[in-house]
Amino acid sequence: MLASILQNLFNAFQWGSFYSLIALGYTLVYGVLRLINFAHGDIFMVGAYIAFFIASAFLGMTFSLPGWMILAMVIPLTMILTALVGVSIERIAYRPLRRKGAHRLYVVITALMCGLVLENGNLALFGASRKSFPDIVDKVVYTVGDLSMTNLKIGVVISAILVFVILHFIVTKTKIGMAMRAISYDKFAVPLMGIPIDTIIVFTFILGSSFAGLAGLLFAMSYPILDPYMGALIGWKAFIAAVVGGIGDIRGAFFGGFLLGFVEILVVAVFPSTFRELIAFAILMTILCIKPTGMFGVAGTTKI
Amino acid sequence: MRKLTVPTILLALIGVIVFMSHQEYIDLYIQSVIMFMGVNIILSSSFNIVNGYMGEFACGHAGFMAVGAYVSSIVNVMLFTDDKVFGTALLSPEMAVYLFPFVLLVGGAAAAVTGLLVAIPSFKTRDDYLAIITIAANFIIISTIINIDIIGGARGFMGMKKVLFAMSDSFDVPWILLWVLIFTVGTVFIIRRYVTSTYGKGIIAIKQDEVAAEIMSVNTNKMKLVAFMLSSGLAGVAGGLFAHILGYINPNSFGILKSTECLVMVYLGGMGSLGGSVISAVLFTLLLESLRFIIPWMDTMLHYAHLLPDSYELSQVWKWVIIPLILILLMQFRPEGIMGNRELSDVFPGLKKFYSFK
Repeated sequence: MLASILQNLFNAFQWGSFYSLIALGYTLVYGVLRLINFAHGDIFMVGAYIAFFIASAFLGMTFSLPGWMILAMVIPLTMILTALVGVSIERIAYRPLRRKGAHRLYVVITALMCGLVLENGNLALFGASRKSFPDIVDKVVYTVGDLSMTNLKIGVVISAILVFVILHFIVTKTKIGMAMRAISYDKFAVPLMGIPIDTIIVFTFILGSSFAGLAGLLFAMSYPILDPYMGALIGWKAFIAAVVGGIGDIRGAFFGGFLLGFVEILVVAVFPSTFRELIAFAILMTILCIKPTGMFGVAGTTKI
Repeated sequence: MRKLTVPTILLALIGVIVFMSHQEYIDLYIQSVIMFMGVNIILSSSFNIVNGYMGEFACGHAGFMAVGAYVSSIVNVMLFTDDKVFGTALLSPEMAVYLFPFVLLVGGAAAAVTGLLVAIPSFKTRDDYLAIITIAANFIIISTIINIDIIGGARGFMGMKKVLFAMSDSFDVPWILLWVLIFTVGTVFIIRRYVTSTYGKGIIAIKQDEVAAEIMSVNTNKMKLVAFMLSSGLAGVAGGLFAHILGYINPNSFGILKSTECLVMVYLGGMGSLGGSVISAVLFTLLLESLRFIIPWMDTMLHYAHLLPDSYELSQVWKWVIIPLILILLMQFRPEGIMGNRELSDVFPGLKKFYSFK
């Protein structure tokens, strides 16, 4: 009994790590721009596909490299290319709208449409056949007592925590993080202070998208079947997790993602698996009804 | 006489369409396109109550549609047909003709009650948090339907065609087309009366400034409740019609993608513009259907020009790449949508003689 609880807890940590990694990207963009970047889940999907192509290219080379070396090359390449995708979406779709001062909701609709383009463009270009991700690193199973864990799962949890620490450091301790917080505080006064607002926003997108790419790579390594719609549902769920944590707050996104992971895994452990979404969302809605601005959110005041 | 011009034109239009379908001057495909136009008009204009006139960002409209679709289908199948699950018919199939609209309204009422799921949290929360609650509500409704095994679960539900056949046996009229047209006109009429009345000005006041509206004695909670319930109830009616057009429903077809379609129609038409919703629903349906023919044509042309490798053919998947791209471009050049918070009578002042939008 205790062993199964521990095992489930560990799986929940891993599952929550993915949600956290994606929710962090959502939160970063939201915190700076007040924009729900609905294309983020699909950027995660694009990251998984980019990782798949890079890894296949490396594994298909004539001379064989050791696994850790390939991984050490795939991770930065995936992150850079995914960040490029995210930034180009920002440049092509969001920035002109922001320049025109369009209503916030129109930007959200554009984001939704960009997500659809990424999903269906992927489906149209590469076909509906599911791709299976190659094994880069050999699986090693560690057993501690009754608890079995693989090196990959440990890597996922550690990278989620690392990303959280890095982001927290950037946002709270560096100058660029200060600029981000300043933009979310007052978008109109910041350019007057000589802060390059567009550079900061591009940097935000680079951060968020590259971590989405990392999440995509880790997800593809853990569950090696890729399909073009894999980002949609996970994206929506991670966004809900970010809101429950309190959107615009790094800690909130991190804990919200883990909370959703825990709830889902524990529901599956107790109830039949078709109840997973039902109960998870019901719990999240209850939390939102009790604390309308999320767990870490601060209640906003309205000036009349 | 001028007051009666628009109703007369609409009645004539419904009469002509039904007559031509009955005489089979219009084939079934065009009939189905007209019906989907009607359903989309109901969806987009009802969604416009919450998203356009009230200014909230809700995006779980398809969930209420699913509730309406399922409730009205199940009631119809229970009442008028012999079904494996629900046993023999409770009433004689001849009654279907008279009771069909009431069954649709029952579905709408059920959807309106489900709308409370969103309306009650909306008293406290606003914009993005409310968006989440609506998305979560959509997920919850779909998951609930999937988990109820007696109505087919994830396999879907069918048997609505028998009801339509029973109706056609009584009187040989294209009933479902007639009801879609009547409900479409009725919906637009109700919404227009609602948002132009003094009572309905409350939701526009909420959009402008909620706190000020509360101070000026608008009962914001009540207004929100009414707006959400009206919106979701009409969506439920649209869902019921949709279910009877297709004759088969599946919970997965009412997912987030369907909600996204509704959102697209509202924002394409313009927030807070009823004429815009109607026009955008018609255009969107036409665009969807015309791409069915344009894509194969493009495929042949591109192959003919040797721009594509022979092994690759443009499939219908490209439809959902082209439509979002068109919308992204539209947002760049006209971010307020087609009409942008104006009515037809504002664009063409000559129309004010025929109908008023005060």
